[in-house]
Amino acid sequence: MTESIALDADDRRLIVATQGGLPLVPRPYHALAEQLGLAAEEVMARLRRLLESGVIRRIGAVPNHYALGYTANGMSVWDVPDARIDALGEAVGRLPFVTHCYHRPRALPLWPYNLFAMVHGKSRDEVEAQVRQIAALLGAECRAHDVLYSSRILKKAGLRIGS
Amino acid sequence: MDELDRAIVNALQGGFPICDEPYRETAERLGLTEAELIARLQRMLEAKTLTRFGPMFQVERMGGAFVLAALAVPEADYERVAEQVNALPEVAHNYRREHALNMWFVLATETPEGIAAAIEKIERATGLQVYAFPKLKEYFVEMKLAA
Repeated sequence: MTESIALDADDRRLIVATQGGLPLVPRPYHALAEQLGLAAEEVMARLRRLLESGVIRRIGAVPNHYALGYTANGMSVWDVPDARIDALGEAVGRLPFVTHCYHRPRALPLWPYNLFAMVHGKSRDEVEAQVRQIAALLGAECRAHDVLYSSRILKKAGLRIGS
Repeated sequence: MDELDRAIVNALQGGFPICDEPYRETAERLGLTEAELIARLQRMLEAKTLTRFGPMFQVERMGGAFVLAALAVPEADYERVAEQVNALPEVAHNYRREHALNMWFVLATETPEGIAAAIEKIERATGLQVYAFPKLKEYFVEMKLAA
């Protein structure tokens, strides 16, 4: 499983200060430094370390899929042999329209699927064509599959950790 | 959203620099001014074209946990259950999906133990069994949709 990194109090303050976003000012890291009572160099060094250790996955823009026209999103789920799942998961994850791909446990008998791949398209037809591509890639290794479309966003909040 | 907005979104899905003047550096790369880049980011955030702009965190690396879970909710109880589930701060997002398991949400907690506690709270509040689907392995997670 994923290794976790020891964070000190200033790391946590920095995370709390940036989880809503970076300041939109010419010197954003200096603005954060001032807000936190740290040196700008220190803020930047800590961010670099958090990025290198994977606590920060990346720094950038998080687009709203819907606003970009990706209104159809399907959670495609597949039942493949456990012994083959790593190779199959890597191959599915490489497809350009798959944004997330995971091995997850089954919940039998209700849920026989162990490979989850999120696909995004501009229409239901596009998503269905993508799912057919995944099915073709998995071939006979796939014993069953389904696609669950999201029909309503009930809640969408970012990550929030307390200070 | 015009062509320049699209170019900004495509160029900035990651790799925003850590330096004294990161907006200026990025703007130069894209052929616009720092002030113009900041104004466009501001506008896209206000228009909700962007959900946010800044670091994206991986909660597991901070010692926390992130688990996908689902409920099979009877149609007549759906609104009540959605309210009960959404009321928990540990629920990061929640979607209705069309399946017998018709409510899918992500639990994000600061400790792995927090997940079990959140599941218990949801089961007690709703009277329904929570199906948890923790990730066993991640093959790919990358924002790569073209704007």
